[in-house]
Amino acid sequence: MKMINRFWKFMLLAIIIYTIIQLLITTEVFNLFYTNTLITIAINIILAVSLHLVIGITGQFSIGHAGFLAVGAYISAIVTMKLALPFPLALFAAGVIAAVAGLIVGIPTLRLRGDYLAIATLGFAEIIRIIFLNIDYVGGAAGMVVSRTTNWTISYICLLITLIVIINFTNSRHGRACVAIRENEIAADAMGINTTYYKVVAFVIGSFFAGIAGGLYAHNFYIIQPASFGFLKSFDILIFVVLGGLGSLSGAVLSAILLTIVSTFLQDYAETRMIIYSLILILVMLYRPQGLMGTREITDFFTSRKKNALKGGENL
Amino acid sequence: MLKVDEIDVYYDNIHALKGVSLEVLAGEIVTLIGANGAGKSTLLKTLSGLLRPKTGRIDYFGQSITNKPVQSIVQSGISHVPEGRRVFANMTVAENLDLGAYIRKDKKAIEEDKQAVYALFPRLLERKKQLAGTLSGGEQQMLAIGRALMAKPKLLLLDEPSMGLAPLLVKQIFQIIQEINQNGTTILLVEQNANMALSIANRAYVIETGNVVASGTAKELQSSERIKQAYLGGM
Ligand SMILES: Nc1ncnc2c1ncn2[C@@H]1O[C@H](COP(=O)(O)OP(=O)(O)O)[C@@H](O)[C@H]1O
Ligand SMILES: [Mg+2]
Repeated sequence: MKMINRFWKFMLLAIIIYTIIQLLITTEVFNLFYTNTLITIAINIILAVSLHLVIGITGQFSIGHAGFLAVGAYISAIVTMKLALPFPLALFAAGVIAAVAGLIVGIPTLRLRGDYLAIATLGFAEIIRIIFLNIDYVGGAAGMVVSRTTNWTISYICLLITLIVIINFTNSRHGRACVAIRENEIAADAMGINTTYYKVVAFVIGSFFAGIAGGLYAHNFYIIQPASFGFLKSFDILIFVVLGGLGSLSGAVLSAILLTIVSTFLQDYAETRMIIYSLILILVMLYRPQGLMGTREITDFFTSRKKNALKGGENL
Repeated sequence: MLKVDEIDVYYDNIHALKGVSLEVLAGEIVTLIGANGAGKSTLLKTLSGLLRPKTGRIDYFGQSITNKPVQSIVQSGISHVPEGRRVFANMTVAENLDLGAYIRKDKKAIEEDKQAVYALFPRLLERKKQLAGTLSGGEQQMLAIGRALMAKPKLLLLDEPSMGLAPLLVKQIFQIIQEINQNGTTILLVEQNANMALSIANRAYVIETGNVVASGTAKELQSSERIKQAYLGGM
């Protein structure tokens, strides 16, 4: 009962937010610039939340998330532009192929303990970028022309699906296993949790949604280029998760929103953007080293419970 | 109950266990003593499936568990409390215990067993909503043991439960180990604190650089000159 209740509350809130924003768009209170910012926010939240599952929940330090974004972007662009298939199908293909890439990177590296994943993901993202740079079929360095199909509604739907899947996963038995791995892998192992399996599952789900974000991203501007998927992009996504507070989904969402707004308004001053970004980071690390939210969630402020880390069995 | 036959375990090229054999009978407390680096933890990790022996055989109730995955070994009733009080620091005491029952699905019995763990460790009950990372060392050790009990083990593998604890706490932990044993759980206890371990054990094995060098009843080992010299402070 409680579970179902929570789900409908979430959906109600989601619909209200959607309606308000849609109203603002149709009445042209929000111009194209604002709408575009909203789409970017949605994409960045998807990226932040998908990486949050890997780093914040499962404790696996992946620092090449832009690689999966790139896979999704290019795959979706190929599906719509070269194969002339519908956009939703392209999004799905983007997610699936990115997930397969996640599987290929994840299986050999996640079996090992330690920081192999960080190195492997960093390398993977670079390799992907260089591959696209050298394939003429997708335009090489000049990039690939993509029609502008992403709109606010489809971005919002993708965002909702991402949130529902990841929140449910986190609050399930599987999510508890992942948190146990983050907290202490050896103990989790000894409990009989198949740690390699869960690390790979979390990583593949994270890659899937990064791929979807890539599909939205590719169709939100007229061109995609390998240069947009470099280390700085991975770093941007990593910042969302760290700034929000490792382990807090609402923190990741919040910092994705804040930082997207900050960087949108500083778009024309690229250097200033990096300075302000760095300043924000330094300030947060000085005054809130645990991130904006620590490991807490927004909902904790509304319920009297002072529990964190886990909310046993209360799925959306 | 458990029969280990000539197992060899390697870490890459380090030969950590060299043809180790031992046996644990149902209802016993068996202790494994040995210096730092002798291979005690390696043996426990091999028994719980975290490591694989290269050669040799491990039988549990007459059936081989030699290459079984950890999950099925835990499910068959072997629980391992790893060395160093490994609790899930950002989870509450209660959540830690719930995870101990991870491989079980019988919700009602799990709840009963949780109450039994609280009865055994009243301190955990008082602190059930506290984050495990904020517990004292002794309490964390109790939690680690309690969590292993949540898997309803027939055989409990304990890796140096006394490590880093004040003498009074060590005594308390050893009393609880005896109590767990009296409630019907067989225990394989790894210790560097040979005095204490031998005082509660039925039988013991001594391990040196990957070899079992002595075994016998706890009384026999306590009175052996060689063991006294090497492990009991020469008293
Ligand atoms: N993960 C590991 N990798 C390589 N060697 C290890 C590892 N763990 C333990 N060893 C080695 O195996 C031997 C036995 O270690 P261990 O079983 O931990 O000893 P004990 O628990 O008796 O102190 C030691 O020589 C140790 O250095
Ligand atoms: Mg040891």
